[in-house]
Amino acid sequence: MIAALVDELRAAITPERVRIGSTELGLYGRDASNIGGSAGAVCFPTSTAEVQACVAAAHRHGVPFVARGSGTGLAGGATPLDHALVIVLTKMNRVLSVDPINRLAWVEPGVLNLDLTRHVAHLGLHFAPDPSSQQSCSIGGNVANNSGGPHCLSDGVTAAHILGLEVVLSDGSLVQLGATEAEPVGLDLRGAFVGSEGMFGVATKVCVRLTQNAPSVRTMLMDFNSVEDGAQTVSAIIAAGMVPAALEMMDQLCVQAVEAYIHAGLPVDAAAVLLVEVAGLAHGVEADVARIIEIAQAHGAGGVRIAQDEAERALLWKGRKSAFGAIARIKPNYYLHDTVVPRRMLPQVLRQVYEITARYQLQVLNVFHAGDGNLHPLLVFDKREPGVMERVLAAGEEIVRASVAAGGVLSGEHGIGLEKRDFMPLMFGPADLAAQAAMRRAFDPAGLANPFKVLPSPAACGDVQHVPEGAWV
Amino acid sequence: MGVIELAAFAEAVGSAGPVTIAGLRTRGGSVADVRCVSAPVGIDWVQPDEMTACCGAGTPVAELNAALAEHGQRVALPSSGTVGGALAVGHSGVRRLGDGPVRDVLLQARYVSAAGEVVKAGGPTVKNVSGFDLCRLLVGSCGTLGFVGDVIVRTRPIAAHSQWFSAEATDPHECFARLYRPVSVLWDGSTVWALLEGHAADVSEQATNAGLRACDGPPSLPTGSRRVVPPADVASLTGTFVAEVGVGIVHHADTWTPPIGDPRAMELESALKREFDPTGRLNPGVPFG
Repeated sequence: MIAALVDELRAAITPERVRIGSTELGLYGRDASNIGGSAGAVCFPTSTAEVQACVAAAHRHGVPFVARGSGTGLAGGATPLDHALVIVLTKMNRVLSVDPINRLAWVEPGVLNLDLTRHVAHLGLHFAPDPSSQQSCSIGGNVANNSGGPHCLSDGVTAAHILGLEVVLSDGSLVQLGATEAEPVGLDLRGAFVGSEGMFGVATKVCVRLTQNAPSVRTMLMDFNSVEDGAQTVSAIIAAGMVPAALEMMDQLCVQAVEAYIHAGLPVDAAAVLLVEVAGLAHGVEADVARIIEIAQAHGAGGVRIAQDEAERALLWKGRKSAFGAIARIKPNYYLHDTVVPRRMLPQVLRQVYEITARYQLQVLNVFHAGDGNLHPLLVFDKREPGVMERVLAAGEEIVRASVAAGGVLSGEHGIGLEKRDFMPLMFGPADLAAQAAMRRAFDPAGLANPFKVLPSPAACGDVQHVPEGAWV
Repeated sequence: MGVIELAAFAEAVGSAGPVTIAGLRTRGGSVADVRCVSAPVGIDWVQPDEMTACCGAGTPVAELNAALAEHGQRVALPSSGTVGGALAVGHSGVRRLGDGPVRDVLLQARYVSAAGEVVKAGGPTVKNVSGFDLCRLLVGSCGTLGFVGDVIVRTRPIAAHSQWFSAEATDPHECFARLYRPVSVLWDGSTVWALLEGHAADVSEQATNAGLRACDGPPSLPTGSRRVVPPADVASLTGTFVAEVGVGIVHHADTWTPPIGDPRAMELESALKREFDPTGRLNPGVPFG
């Protein structure tokens, strides 16, 4: 079946952009998660028409397909299963148009997140969602995962910044979902598509909202003697009616690792560090900075370091964004988790995270979006150590269960993919899951777009239900 | 925190026969000659440090806002009618430029399906990508996919200072370009109005910089039609209108027929309706959105 499909794809989009060599199949057989899959063929369309041709061919042959951008996803959402066709969209990377007056742009899905922001920087604008992978992740991937980032606290996640989509459905037909219009007639199909993890179709054009750069920005680093004090400061800032642009926390092990890596003068003796950024107009920013410092000091903050210039601000952010480079100095492998809990539950759930990882004899670094309660426990390990992977997966499962039990959710910004698919019943009952499955059926009755992700599979559905090695289940 | 009991509401909706829903009837009310139900009323909880609140869908927006105001917060929904009605219709108010669309307000909904079951969509936290975004599909669906019983909504802080301004303007975008994140910019072809919020000194500096003078409030909005156009088309509007600059929602004196949507998108809508309400019993005859 794959051989016939490959012939058809080669005729449709030129032979050199359809690959079945072991290098390409290996490279595109997984994303940035710990989950391996298997690609049947890899194609590189360069236009909407070519994406339609690829999807239509897969549909005719009954072969499932997986659209992917840069493959930076951490939940296995772009991992192909059972020799699926991988449709790589990185060659569709043009910014098609920018409307600087109304602050919107049409882009192709392969445009990199940070490239879009650089493209519009001269207009005083940026694309607000800023995942830590923003140098390498694509807008199409952001749409699929409804990605977040540190600055989504005040500006909202990707869904709040997508106005319209051009989508190739699983039968190869083309549909426009939303547009530059604020409230298109009919159901909000665009809103439903964002975050559908490639299971509703392939986005081939995206209309994004661009955000004005703030005239004034202040970035502060505050250190605390306990994680609890830091977390309570976060809640108190929000309760006082302020929504900072970003409110990030790092625990001691993380600060120490980062400091050893980038030498930014971070307080390595502190139990927790808060990175707070306030952005807006000058008077409001200064007033908020003063109130935030007051609140932090009332909660036992030690030092408060305010970035004096853009270079120091960049250094403080480099500290936050370097955590993943820094951990390589501790252990060669990591497993990054992503759950959300109500802010007031942060101290309790963090205590549980420490307790769980200690019990499994694992090191954990916490670096996370404290402002919206989005935890990112980072388990570091050496996978050559016998039995360590089992401990990592078991600890991860307990962390997810503790988060949901505290009134939280399975994922804040990484998505469900394969990684958390079988945890969905922790949050949703059978009727809730059936409603989500109904959404998917309406968009993709053939079930060929990125199958077996997100929704736990009913036992009745045949032989392709396995979750590959490295997954949690 | 209590949990709003939806069993009675689910029983009222039932699982067979046409049924419609009404709140305070500020947005058109129920379908005529069809059995009518009402969603639970009342606030379950307000969590100021989470910036979330939970209430029955039949709760008046004004009642929720009054409870939130005690904590210096508000919900970004148009102020008339019920919370459920505002979400079901999904039309934003004139603060949309600053507040964002209505769909961004809803974090979790429990609704009664066409089969009479209670179904949960979304989750209780301000950030959540667990599963498909059924909440966004419900907002603006006019009760054609399910009848919402209770919701968890995102709240926002009330700004320290808030003031409407105006100025003569033949080009609305000139003023728009000079303002940093205004909450609303309206234009009727000759006058521009702007709602600015934040620190009083910032508001006054912004207004001066854009040549605006303080005024009592926004103009009254023509009620002939509420048109949704590409925001780039606002500058070339004709007739009697008040347009939301940067958004493209136009309050016009004349009636209007919305353009026909993409036929493939309409097929998707029909497919969703068949999945969620195969017999068409929920709000029969009501068009989506």
